[in-house]
Amino acid sequence: MTTDTTKLQVKDLNFYYGGFHALKNINLSIASKKVTAFIGPSGCGKSTLLRIFNRMYELYPGLRAEGQIVMDGKNILDKDVDINLLRAKVGMVFQKPTPFPMSIYDNVTFGVKLYEKLSKSEMDDRVEWALRKAALWEEVKDKLKQSGHSLSGGQQQRLCIARAVASKPEVLLLDEPTSALDPISTAQIEELVNELKENYTIAIVTHNMQQAARVSDYTAYMYLGDLIEFGDTDTIFTAPKQKATEDYITGKFG
Amino acid sequence: MDHNLYRQRRVVNSINMVMSMLAVGFGLFWLVWILWTLFSYGLGGINLSVFTQSTPPPGSTGGLANAIYGSLLMTLFGTLIGTPIGILAGVYLAEFGERGWLAPATRFINDILLSAPSIVIGLFVYEIYVISVGHFSGWAGALALAIIVVPVVVRTTENMLRLVPNTLREAAAALGAPQWKVVMMVTLRASKAGVLTGILLAVARISGETAPLLFTALNNQFWSSNMNQPMANLPVVIFQFAMSPYEDWHALAWAGALLITVSVLGLNVLARWLGKQNNSQ
Repeated sequence: MTTDTTKLQVKDLNFYYGGFHALKNINLSIASKKVTAFIGPSGCGKSTLLRIFNRMYELYPGLRAEGQIVMDGKNILDKDVDINLLRAKVGMVFQKPTPFPMSIYDNVTFGVKLYEKLSKSEMDDRVEWALRKAALWEEVKDKLKQSGHSLSGGQQQRLCIARAVASKPEVLLLDEPTSALDPISTAQIEELVNELKENYTIAIVTHNMQQAARVSDYTAYMYLGDLIEFGDTDTIFTAPKQKATEDYITGKFG
Repeated sequence: MDHNLYRQRRVVNSINMVMSMLAVGFGLFWLVWILWTLFSYGLGGINLSVFTQSTPPPGSTGGLANAIYGSLLMTLFGTLIGTPIGILAGVYLAEFGERGWLAPATRFINDILLSAPSIVIGLFVYEIYVISVGHFSGWAGALALAIIVVPVVVRTTENMLRLVPNTLREAAAALGAPQWKVVMMVTLRASKAGVLTGILLAVARISGETAPLLFTALNNQFWSSNMNQPMANLPVVIFQFAMSPYEDWHALAWAGALLITVSVLGLNVLARWLGKQNNSQ
């Protein structure tokens, strides 16, 4: 852990859904260009935590975060942080594929167009680059003008990854990205995560413990809003310090 | 197993089934009768001169060309004025109205407007517009129709936008898109067919309205494109001709009624088809 540089430093983070205290004094650091996995039973707060990193929770009234999340020396929870610029830097892929009602090409360029002015050929290159990153280029290169809805579920999810990658964010948040997919698509996306971490800092929430073990460098185990244990994945899965963590990963609980 | 209970349930089921079918038959009976009467009286009156000549004085031949043109013109302007307001208000209610009191209040008032008798709207426009300019006019008619369009479009736009899953909004916001871009580029686009359906239903609604035009556009015996003058329109022509004692005016009134009914029917079918496209997307 000491050798890695920290990308996101979470300090004394508390989160409230109205009166409900959903996250309690979370402290952890997410290493740059590594994969950090969040595991735990449903309702433990792992998705909630992920959605604080890009302040997604602010779309809804009554939700409130207290504490600090420091990225590049700046607390992203500060009021003066431009929320749209933050989201351009911290991309996100959701549980269900969410292609926009437009062509595959326009799906990929959606985020790019918001913050960059590119020529037609530069944009074409960017689209190809992003779709290659998401291992989708070969399958869609001849039908870029077709609707994103025409793709299969696994392809749609890779399109969403391409869309997130295309605007070149620094951090990529993956919220159970494979829970709606078949095993083959899941394997493709896990492979993708492995390649993407060369350039991006990745945080992934997953219900699948084998997946966490396969793809992540660090793992955080959460339960009922508390961070129970956090460390490198090998340690968490082979020699957890907490009894609760061991019970969960061995399937005795959860 | 209690066979008695089962038999009893079957009897109750049959009784309910028969009663439901009778109710459907009763409803359809009148509908078919109306359509039948319309077609049998109206079809004979439909000929080329209906579309080429203006409304005649009693005793001479003529058509409905000025009324058809006036109806189209006022429906067009009514829709053009009412639709953007309706869509913008619907977008506000569905996308921006989460917090505060303005959206619930607007929704409530919109629901009242939606069921307001159209004659009230006619009188309202008469009071604020016709009286102040001193004469009936096509613009007054278009304005009254626009006021009827607004609540219909507001309601359907809001409902259609609410059908768009929140995950789609989140996905767009997660790319750093400001909210107005999310609405314009993603949610409105996703509900395009539904919103269009709402507009078509609004057009269908206003194309048969008589009361609001009676107080605003009134009528005109002659061909007129001047929206600042009284303007002929199908519903008021039907109203006047059907009330008259002249045989040939009656025939024209039936023809006009048939034209309106067929176009409203066509618009509804189109709206349904579009709605299906939206769902299958």
